Amino acid sequence: MINIRFFGQLRERLTTESIELVCDVPISVGDIKNELFIKSDAFSVHLAQPNVLVAVNHEYATVDTLVNDGDEVAFFPPVTGG
Amino acid sequence: MFTCVIQTDDFDVGDAYQHLVSQAPKAGAVVFFVGRVRDYCDSATITGLSLEHYPGMTERTIQQILNKAERRFGIDAASVVHRVGVLEARDNIVFVGVASAHRGAAFDAAEFIMDFLKTSAPFWKKELLATGESVWVEARHQDNERASRWSMPSER
Repeated sequence: MINIRFFGQLRERLTTESIELVCDVPISVGDIKNELFIKSDAFSVHLAQPNVLVAVNHEYATVDTLVNDGDEVAFFPPVTGG
Repeated sequence: MFTCVIQTDDFDVGDAYQHLVSQAPKAGAVVFFVGRVRDYCDSATITGLSLEHYPGMTERTIQQILNKAERRFGIDAASVVHRVGVLEARDNIVFVGVASAHRGAAFDAAEFIMDFLKTSAPFWKKELLATGESVWVEARHQDNERASRWSMPSER
């Protein structure tokens, strides 16, 4: 099982803080996105935005990063701290 | 010491400075930056900010920035205190302090830390409006340009 979290404006647009995904592993971040796109229109619209960033286990990642069972994946918009 | 604290409470700049210099007793130069909530007096519709972060990743990302700053500039100590939650105009948001043997490295490292904090630490700001609504702050491309300066000659 993979824990997927959403932050900032993306969390609000999806009206979801986190979901759990059960799938064959290892799976790439890109394939996780594809799995989510199938789940709802909100995912296919908002998660597909080109500026959405991704982290795996608290490290910035890319669509090619491989994810394993028990990993945490986070999707979020460009950051605006400081 | 290279430390990072995320908190909802305000911080005292004097305390943050004293803590920093206690970690670097031999340092001859200290530079610090404080980011504050702008006073939106020309825009009465904005009453404050709400700051969200990604617990765990935020601390880890900032710690990595501090470690890079240590390697790149040879500084003695650095600290970051960043607030989250609801903040009002003129509230403190962030403290970045650097202690070093000489001022050049301290100035550079403070800018380096702040530039990468703004472009990579997972925080998200929202402007709170008097109407009760709120608007997410968009990332500024100028911040990315500032951060990209550091990758020119010798990003390590």
